[in-house]
Amino acid sequence: MTLLAVDNIAIQFGGVKAVDDLSFAVEKGQIFSIIGPNGAGKTTLFNMISGIYRPSRGRVTLEGTDVTGLPPHLLARRGLSRTFQNLQIFYRMTALENVMVGCHLQERRSVLAHLLALPSVKRQNAESRDRAHALLTRVGLSADAEKDAGNLSYGALKRLEIARALASDPKLLLLDEPAAGCNHVETEEIDALIQTIAQDGVTVALVEHDMKLVMKISHRILVLDYGRKLAEGSAQEVRQNPDVIRAYLGSQASVGAAHAGT
Amino acid sequence: MSQFLQFLFSGLTEGAVYAMVALGFTIIYNASDVVNFAQGEFVMLGGMVTFFANAAGIPLPLAALIAILVAVVAGLALNRFAIEPARGASVVNLIIITIGASIFIKGLAQLVFDKRFHRFPAFSGDDPIRVLDATILPQSLWVLFGACAIFSGLWLFFARTLVGKAITAVAANRLAAELVGISAKRMMALSFALSAAIGAIAGILITPISPTSVEVGTLLALKGFAGAMLGGMGNPLGAVAGGLIVGIVEKMSAGYVSTNYKDAVAFIIIILTLLVLPTGLFGKARVDRV
Amino acid sequence: MAQRLLNHRAFGLLVIALIIAVAPLFFPSTFYYRMGTAIFIAALAAVGLNVLMGLAGQVSLGHAGFYGIGAYAVAVGPATFDIAPWAAIFIGIALAAAVAYLVGRPILKLRGHYLAVATLGFGILVSMVLTNEGTWTGGPDGMGVKRLVLFGYVLKDRAAWYWASAAVLLVGAVVAVNLIESPTGRALRALHDSEVAAAVNGIDVARYKLVAFVISACYASLAGSLAALSDAFITPASAGFLKSIELVTMVVLGGMGSVIGSIIGAAFLESLPQLLARMQEIEHVLLGLIIMLVMIFMRDGLFPTLARRFRRAAP
Repeated sequence: MTLLAVDNIAIQFGGVKAVDDLSFAVEKGQIFSIIGPNGAGKTTLFNMISGIYRPSRGRVTLEGTDVTGLPPHLLARRGLSRTFQNLQIFYRMTALENVMVGCHLQERRSVLAHLLALPSVKRQNAESRDRAHALLTRVGLSADAEKDAGNLSYGALKRLEIARALASDPKLLLLDEPAAGCNHVETEEIDALIQTIAQDGVTVALVEHDMKLVMKISHRILVLDYGRKLAEGSAQEVRQNPDVIRAYLGSQASVGAAHAGT
Repeated sequence: MSQFLQFLFSGLTEGAVYAMVALGFTIIYNASDVVNFAQGEFVMLGGMVTFFANAAGIPLPLAALIAILVAVVAGLALNRFAIEPARGASVVNLIIITIGASIFIKGLAQLVFDKRFHRFPAFSGDDPIRVLDATILPQSLWVLFGACAIFSGLWLFFARTLVGKAITAVAANRLAAELVGISAKRMMALSFALSAAIGAIAGILITPISPTSVEVGTLLALKGFAGAMLGGMGNPLGAVAGGLIVGIVEKMSAGYVSTNYKDAVAFIIIILTLLVLPTGLFGKARVDRV
Repeated sequence: MAQRLLNHRAFGLLVIALIIAVAPLFFPSTFYYRMGTAIFIAALAAVGLNVLMGLAGQVSLGHAGFYGIGAYAVAVGPATFDIAPWAAIFIGIALAAAVAYLVGRPILKLRGHYLAVATLGFGILVSMVLTNEGTWTGGPDGMGVKRLVLFGYVLKDRAAWYWASAAVLLVGAVVAVNLIESPTGRALRALHDSEVAAAVNGIDVARYKLVAFVISACYASLAGSLAALSDAFITPASAGFLKSIELVTMVVLGGMGSVIGSIIGAAFLESLPQLLARMQEIEHVLLGLIIMLVMIFMRDGLFPTLARRFRRAAP
């Protein structure tokens, strides 16, 4: 069953077509990866799917409903959640509180009750806290729960974002370069984490530069180049696609550099 | 018709002053991303120092020169002792720092001078000149021509001189500018000095028409800022146009509606513009990168 | 840490309550009751503004406008419409909330400098209306305010106002602390750090900014009402630009996001003119200087910076 369908989507910034006439579909329960050289439009694509940019053309459908141009907080209610390539952490809050923010949609949101600190709010806080603790444990950050997010390492923050994104109980999780800047061991951990997330029934769309990771865990891979689809298929198919080979061999150095740089 | 023309003339005069204040804002904003709420105090210093120097027996042209120098020193000090040490502070912090500077300069001026309103004689007499079926004061012409001279001088400075281009470079990319050997620090100081001088000149030109006191700075700063925003923050031409529009609309509404709310008009315009055209008349849209 | 912080906040409020209770024992004259009242009322407005600025990170340079709405509600309401002063307090709050809602909806879309100037314009508009509509408000000279009567007791005595305003401040502070540690408080703090991350986590950023704006307007209005009632007199200056700046300064001095800090900031700024009474001419010079120095060298505000130093010195 198709969870996310993107039809003929396009966006341009000042005449530059960042994404051009792109279509693909993500099936429920899949790990769907999007690869391509820097500037291929991967993050821009995520920004359109998650409602941060409005596409100038095309349609985004989530579970059969047209959600094109819906603001991010309404998309979140429909089960979409994401992480960011450039970290978007709540630095003034603790790691635990960061994840508690992710519980927002599960919480009752009566401002008056909050102002008066009614017993129901205390219960609510305790529930969110437990939930956040469990998620931090899941991503391996339980020891850092009470630390200020600003004091965590880069790799830890990457995982913190995943925990926060999971807190909203998403159907579709967009991960934007979760392994960027992580060492070998951390990458393995994230690799395992993404697989367990998918096993729990969350569909994952992944943007990643680490080809080994992508080839290993993806059910399906979309290759972007200059905002257009270069190829789409299983890891096997993509690896053997002559266009992909040409593009990647032709720009081997830049892919490698992107690797080392990020 | 004659009435309309009359309001237009006084609006242009007032607007020229706002335009100069707006231009001062823009220069500093472009060089440092700081919105200088103390901009109006430069205008106040221009008028007040000229009056008191003149009252002390110094001839008017020399008094005016002294006033410009005082304002420039104030601008340089503001940059050196308040803005430079606060590099990297948040927008709110910077806003409050410049508001603090404004209160400080005002307080100091009150200590040195007094709280009363002052004016000095117009440069070329007070006999109105007939234009079509309205009249215009010679001093208004001074304001308008002074403003024009400043605008074209600045345009030449930024477009044609190396130093002007260096300031533009620092504004565009501080690090890159420093890499090619431009001292960002010096350019910042220069833009504060320039902006203060323009403010002081505006103050000197307008004082014979509307008397000055230590209190005039705040409202002038706000209206100049309204003009700068209306034109699109960071755009010098926009600042001039915005300032003129605020001045004209203000005088029109004072003339045709009520003088009680003439100060309000500027803010109503600015709030409406911000909501309809968030980047101002000539500003560029910006995309937030995530 | 969250739990510890809560305790730390509760503890801080307890200390403040204790200071308030004990301070009158050392008052040399009843004048100090009046000064205390002024401090508590300013602190109440600052605690409210801190919800907007400290938690949600949105600046308002026009909050004295809401303060003025509250002040004139208790002045004009009883004088012109024969409303009981206590009822006028609530009418003021409702009015301020309604105005905040209507004004906030469009202008909270703006950010940074733009929001600062838009709110500033709003504040100036309010003070202009209060100055110009002289038939109701007495114009620039201000107007007298009827005394507050509660359960047949006329609140007039300086000491009575001291205790009453202290009680309201403490309740207001507890409510603000409650908010910080609630889902709403977390949403506000989240959008302060990253609006886009808050939004993808399901937070309706525009709505929560508006919530913070309305809450802070209610605090400001209540504070304005109390100020007018305790002084029995009010002028449009109470809604003016300088008052707005004072409120912002209190929040920033005390440290953005800290309820206790806002109270300390208010106490500092309110008592400054009294301490400088003999040096009235240099009051503004010093005020400007202090604002600049604190903002440059203690960017997090007086209270958090000193607290951090203290913690470092005595771990």
